[in-house]
Amino acid sequence: MTDTKRYLIRDTRVLGGERTDILLGSGRIEQIGADLPADGAEVVDAAGAIALPGLVDLHTHLREPGREDAETVATGSRSAAMGGYTAVFAMANTDPVADTAGVVEQVWRLGRDAGYCDVHPVGAVTVGLGGRQLAELGAMADSPARVRVFSDDGMCVSDALLMRRALEYVKAFGGVVAQHAQEPRLTEGAQMNEGVVSDRLGLAGWPAVAEEAIIARDCLLAEHVGSRLHVCHVSTRGSVQIIRWAKSRGCDVTAEVTPHHLLLTDELAESYDPVYKVNPPLRTAEDVEALREGLADGTIDIVATDHAPHPSEAKETEWGQAAMGMLGLETALSVVQHTMVDTGRLDWAGVARRMSATPARIGRVTDQGRPVAVGEPANITLYDPTATRVVDPSAMASKSRNSPYVGMTLPGRVLATFLRGVPTVLDGKIQ
Amino acid sequence: MRHLLSTGDLTRDEAVLILDTAKELAQVGERSVKKLPTLRGRTVVNLFYEDSTRTRISFEAAAKRMSADVINFSARGSSVAKGESLKDTALTLQAMGADGVVIRHSASGAARRLADWVDGAVVNAGDGTHEHPTQALLDAFTMRERMGRLEDLRVAVVGDIRHSRVARSNVLLLNTLGAEVTLVAPPTLLPVSVGTWPCSVSYDLDEVLPKSDVVMMLRVQAERMNASFFPSAREYSRRYGLDADRFARMAEHAIVMHPGPMIRGMEISAEVADSPRSTVVEQVTNGVSVRMAVLYLLLGGAMQTTGNQGETR
Repeated sequence: MTDTKRYLIRDTRVLGGERTDILLGSGRIEQIGADLPADGAEVVDAAGAIALPGLVDLHTHLREPGREDAETVATGSRSAAMGGYTAVFAMANTDPVADTAGVVEQVWRLGRDAGYCDVHPVGAVTVGLGGRQLAELGAMADSPARVRVFSDDGMCVSDALLMRRALEYVKAFGGVVAQHAQEPRLTEGAQMNEGVVSDRLGLAGWPAVAEEAIIARDCLLAEHVGSRLHVCHVSTRGSVQIIRWAKSRGCDVTAEVTPHHLLLTDELAESYDPVYKVNPPLRTAEDVEALREGLADGTIDIVATDHAPHPSEAKETEWGQAAMGMLGLETALSVVQHTMVDTGRLDWAGVARRMSATPARIGRVTDQGRPVAVGEPANITLYDPTATRVVDPSAMASKSRNSPYVGMTLPGRVLATFLRGVPTVLDGKIQ
Repeated sequence: MRHLLSTGDLTRDEAVLILDTAKELAQVGERSVKKLPTLRGRTVVNLFYEDSTRTRISFEAAAKRMSADVINFSARGSSVAKGESLKDTALTLQAMGADGVVIRHSASGAARRLADWVDGAVVNAGDGTHEHPTQALLDAFTMRERMGRLEDLRVAVVGDIRHSRVARSNVLLLNTLGAEVTLVAPPTLLPVSVGTWPCSVSYDLDEVLPKSDVVMMLRVQAERMNASFFPSAREYSRRYGLDADRFARMAEHAIVMHPGPMIRGMEISAEVADSPRSTVVEQVTNGVSVRMAVLYLLLGGAMQTTGNQGETR
């Protein structure tokens, strides 16, 4: 999708550098320089905002097909655009599960028709996320959706032999297995992080070792078969240490952390408000510190939102009965600024790598995650890091409202998002 | 104080006030006419999502002895069975003008959530594996009656601590009241962070028994027996059951408590359960007095002047 209309972004700073203008036309970046003439182009005043490459989320739940009351591909991709994203990878735990070429093609087409961002379906690793039989990975890879990321997210591929086979099989088409690391027996009935707080609240614990044991096993398997492994939503200090060790051995492993695991801790569960119930659970302050450190030093490669919309009735209930998951797309960049940039751990180039270039590389998409440079696809996010906002649920584009940040003051604001030269968001409003 | 959700919310003065009030109200139960006009015109709803005849009747008796109107709501066969959420039930109770809601629920935190949604006082009558504050209060009341004090009293709590709301509430309350608690269980039945709790821990009942003034036995739920928390009921009983031999090694003045229902023969022998040093029946009697005190102080408003509980919520 391109537009014949041209846009002149006035007075921006590429990755926070010198002030400049950017001219977009025919879906590409035509010129970058100071005081470019408008020359018939529509002028977008960026007022010193930062120009970032359009963000890419490797881990989004769009809920369609099956749970359209929580989110649809259209509303989810609008939410993504509001957060500065130009591409998202839609997880496979829909109903029906995205474990066939038909379902992934459906999701892909819905995304294309909505037009707010590129929607890349993730294919299930096993049939029905059942963990017993490999799904038709090759058919999904060959479909128009060109699936390259496979995950049973929400469920762990806990069978070691099946995991080995999946890792081996996807090598045929350059795929990657994205593992939800959760040893099932160690987390039966788990409601929150296992520790002091879970004991106090009488909620069954999800021990860190249940994540770490699977990550350690999978890294060794990936190394053994020479395949690519991606670890979803790393949440513990031990996991960071294991991934660091695996990388030092030469294992081809990448890992993601969510914004909420970079900021929030399990003590928030004291309120028993299920808006804080998420899988993997919010961990301790020590874990949060290790995750920030791991993201800064490159042990953790990317930030991924794990955007998990739920209708209000799934959250306005007792903790034990509530659904797990929280919204993420519209607040991710602000949380990353707050936790990583404002704390001096990352500069904007570092943010661009972790939220755009590297996720695109892991997902094997070539026209996203590109630098903001002449001739490149015009996928750009304009972001004002000096703004602040109180997170307002009524201003969200997602169909759901389960954000843990509602009422919280966060830094930064997405002013505009361009997808191949077309604004999907302008002046902070969906187009 | 608006609600009673956790014994951890109680200050020492508030806890003592409840026990002292219960002592006064206990006299009502000894009269031929067991009734006070104190809560006349007030409505108390017993909202029971989990079957517990013993606790529900205790609260009902407590409320009725003070002339409150009592509505019993059982989840079974009600709108809840038809899928109504706790929040909608709460809003219904609110609309009906409930002054107090006594809630028993299988989900930890349900009482806390309910308190967010209703204006009336919420009393936690047991929420999941979280807390059971009135049980701890009646236990403390019973200990004080029998032993004459709580300060420096050595209390052993034995059994499935990890899943016990009774143990959790007791540890918090007894610590506030100055008693010394030792938890005794196999490591699998202790919370992982028990080292941070305000109590001692032992895996060895025989070592703890002779040093205890109070031995509180907990119920081991049947589902634990097949879930590898311990190898077998027999082994559990041998290591942690209170039989006649162990009972004989306790100090002469020491008492045995149990929140009930008991599994005779496994966690406690019949001989011990029926001994004069067992307080099982007294605990039931005292439960009514303590629940009267809690309802009186919450609904009568007397406690609002004694503490700042609202701030801890």
